[in-house]
Amino acid sequence: MSSASAVHDVIIIGSGPAGYTAALYAARAQLAPLVFEGSQFGGALMTTTEVENFPGFRNGITGPELMDEMREQALRFGADLRTEDVEEISLSGSVKTVTVGDETHKARAVILAMGAAARYLGVPGEAELLGRGVSSCATCDGFFFRDQDIAVVGGGDSAMEEAIFLTRFARSVTIVHRREEFRASKIMLNRARANDKILFLTNKVVTAVEGETGVSALRLRDTVTDQETTLAVTGVFVAIGHDPRSDLVRGQLDMDSDGYVLTRGRTTHTSVEGVFAAGDLVDRTYRQAVTAAGTGCSAAIDAERWLAEAADADITDNLIGAPL
Amino acid sequence: MTGSDKTSATVAVTDDSFAEDVLTNDRPVLVDFWAAWCGPCKMVAPVLEEIATEKSEQLVVAKIDVDANPATARDFQVVSIPTLILFKGGEAVKRIVGAKGKGALLRELEDIL
Repeated sequence: MSSASAVHDVIIIGSGPAGYTAALYAARAQLAPLVFEGSQFGGALMTTTEVENFPGFRNGITGPELMDEMREQALRFGADLRTEDVEEISLSGSVKTVTVGDETHKARAVILAMGAAARYLGVPGEAELLGRGVSSCATCDGFFFRDQDIAVVGGGDSAMEEAIFLTRFARSVTIVHRREEFRASKIMLNRARANDKILFLTNKVVTAVEGETGVSALRLRDTVTDQETTLAVTGVFVAIGHDPRSDLVRGQLDMDSDGYVLTRGRTTHTSVEGVFAAGDLVDRTYRQAVTAAGTGCSAAIDAERWLAEAADADITDNLIGAPL
Repeated sequence: MTGSDKTSATVAVTDDSFAEDVLTNDRPVLVDFWAAWCGPCKMVAPVLEEIATEKSEQLVVAKIDVDANPATARDFQVVSIPTLILFKGGEAVKRIVGAKGKGALLRELEDIL
């Protein structure tokens, strides 16, 4: 394959708002970006319902629709999109490599935008009952819980959004949260509180998911009294946050103790020359579609300028005849 | 994903045709339980098209829309999509939950094909 032997200007890894925006900008800058979207293309927004806070869509837009628009926009300017999963990334040296199957792709610059993966509870029964009542995607699986009693675990905006969405189907939705206060925004929390199908259980941690062929209950422990209780539900939707997908680059560049890739100052430059990072992979604070898109744009511009400066330096080197 | 549907290598099955198309099929059938509202289902669709084309000698890839065909999903206790179930001789022999890449899917199917 020709793309496997050529050295690209830039390879982009990831396909959420950060990856596609980087692809759009890099394509418009004539960098002919090669983009590995991965089999989970579209990123976290593929499992959300209505996106009401992406500017420009005053009536809201669904997550998958928004991602489809971004994807098509990147394609329109010539981004080379591949739905394959990257297996290996090597960031050392002046030519970086990205391995997919038995092909190795090379580039001078790499933009990392792998995002974050949904976190699970890690309690007994959860993994066994995944797909049998345990879910991390309310929009996918809510349909199957018509007129049933179910639970959402978590206290952030996505927990509220999932709970509200699930009341379309379920008889009752209990939000189980380990603290008294919620991280969710006021508007989302108030909306959930106003919904009479939604019940709240605070100061409770899930200690086990029970059930044989499907979920039958959650075992809970009160964080104040230590008392153990059981909540009879047939479905549990886990919305307790995300972890950055930085495993493939661990040890190759600076990241914090939770695995978020560190960038320099207000730029998207990582600790490695020619490697840029954007989106939820670097962002532990905002984690919004619009901030991810914003840093994706910054990464493409940073990469474009860095490539131009590197090319200038090469020319200067050649003019004065300096050996490399 | 790319817009207009060209000729598909997968077979659309329904509650009514499930027994004939899947359960009494002589060949192994990989059934994709999906729905239009499911984002991750859109992610696996192109992968399944590729597998259907490349492995057409060994297996049939079928798709069932759970929204229009809830009975079959209920019969096989599908409460999460995408779920892929491989049927051999009318028996469900393998169940794969969630969107997976092509490599991962082929590895899961390796020992059965």
